[in-house]
Amino acid sequence: MTNVKVDITVNGRTTTDDVEPRLLLAHYLRENLGLKATNIGCDTTSCGACTVLLDGESVKSCTVLAVQADQLAVTTMEGLAGESGDSLDNPVTAAFRAEHGLQCGFCTPGMVMAVTGLIAENPDLDERAVREGLEGNLCRCTGYHNIVRAALVAAGKDPDAEQEIEAESDAARTAPGFSAGSGS
Amino acid sequence: MIPVGFDYARPDSVDGALALLAEHGEDATVMAGGHSLLPVMKLRLAAPELIVDIGRLRELNYIRVDGDEVAIGAGTRHHDVETSELLATEVPLLPAVARTVGDPQVRHRGTLGGSLAHGDPASDLPAAVLALDATIVLRSPRGERSVPATEFWTGVFTTAKEPDELIVEIRVPRTGTAGWAYEKFTRRANDWAIVAVAVVDGRVGLVNMGSTPLRASATEAALAEGKSIADAAALADEGTEPPTDTAGTPDYRRNLARVLTRRALETAAGR
Repeated sequence: MTNVKVDITVNGRTTTDDVEPRLLLAHYLRENLGLKATNIGCDTTSCGACTVLLDGESVKSCTVLAVQADQLAVTTMEGLAGESGDSLDNPVTAAFRAEHGLQCGFCTPGMVMAVTGLIAENPDLDERAVREGLEGNLCRCTGYHNIVRAALVAAGKDPDAEQEIEAESDAARTAPGFSAGSGS
Repeated sequence: MIPVGFDYARPDSVDGALALLAEHGEDATVMAGGHSLLPVMKLRLAAPELIVDIGRLRELNYIRVDGDEVAIGAGTRHHDVETSELLATEVPLLPAVARTVGDPQVRHRGTLGGSLAHGDPASDLPAAVLALDATIVLRSPRGERSVPATEFWTGVFTTAKEPDELIVEIRVPRTGTAGWAYEKFTRRANDWAIVAVAVVDGRVGLVNMGSTPLRASATEAALAEGKSIADAAALADEGTEPPTDTAGTPDYRRNLARVLTRRALETAAGR
C-alpha cells in the first residue's frame, strides 16, 4: 500500500504530509496536526461531533479520507478564532456562550461548525431551518433548546420571537384544533 | 474504526477512471462521496485493494434538460439534487427525496450515482429512480449502454453494473410538478427509512420492502384499472418480502407499505 502526499489547507495554513490512503480526515486533523477541537464521537457518520468545513461546506470528518481533502481547504473550530486569537471572537462561538448552548461540550465543536456551515448556506435561518439543519448533530445533554437559540442568535435573529413563530406554526401544522389545555 | 489498507488513485477524467477499472477489475472499487463505501470499509465488510476516487470529476456533475428527459451526471451530490431549481420544476420528486437522505453533512458528500451503485434496498433514491422509470447509463472501455432502472438492481447490494463499468448518467422523464409524493417513515430524523414509498404518475416505488428497491406492481395495475386509491394501496405489499430487524417485523412493514402508499397516492392526487 503506497502512501500518498497530501496538501491540505487547514484554517488558512498549508499542511503537507505523506499519509496512508486509509487515514481519516478526523485523524489527520487530531493526530498529524494536533488540532483536538474536532472530536470523534460515534465514528459512524451519525453524531456529527467530527463536523468540519470542507471548502466551506459541513462534512463529517470521520467519513472523509485525508486524501479526499488533498488540495482543498478545511476549517475546524480552531480556525474560527478571530484576529485576537480568542475563540470567542466569532459570532457563532460567542452565541453558543451567550445562550449557554452546551453542557458537557463534547458535541460543541461539531455543532459550532455545522451552524457555521448552515448560516453560510442560508443566512436567513428560522427555527425550523435550524432544527432540520442540525439533524446530523447529536447532543445527549442539552435537549437542543439552547443550541437552537444559539444558532438563531448567530444568524442575527431574536430567538424568543423566532421560537414563538415556530410554536404557532407547528401547532397549526401538526395538530389543528388541538387544545393545549388553556381551558378555553 | 480503520479500513484495511488500500491503494488510492484520483484520475482526472472518466476515461482515466475507466482505464483503471479495466486494469484492476474486481480488485478496484469506485468511490465518489464515499458515504456508503467508507462506512462498510471501516466495518471491514469491504476491503478493496484500490480505490478509484471519481469524487472530483466535474464532467460527472451536471443537471440539464435533454429533450423530454432530464440528464443528471452520476457524480451529482444529494445537496445539488436537493437545491436544483431545474429539478424543482421538472422532476420535483427527486429533490424531495434527496432532502430526506441522511443529514446536511452526508448530502454534501453523497452522490446520486453512488447511491444507485451501492444498491441498498433501504436507501431512498433507488426507489425514487425506479418509480420515475429512469434509465441508468453505464460506460466502460467496451462502450456505453443504458439499463432501465427496473432491471438495474438484481439482488441485495447487487446491480447489473459490471466491474469495468461506471455509472455516468441517470436519465429521468420530465414529470412536471403534478402527481408525485414521497412518504418516508423513520423513528429519528436522519435514520434510514423503516419503509418509504415514492409515487409519481401512478407508479409506486418501495424502500426497504425486500432485497432490492421494488415497484408495487399490484397497486399500479389496480390504479390503471381505475380502482380507488384505498383499494389500490391495500395491495402495496403484494409480492414483497420485507426484512426483519430491530425497527420492525415483516408484518409491521407490510402494514406501513399499505398505509404510506395510500397517503402518498392521496398527496400525489392533490398535486
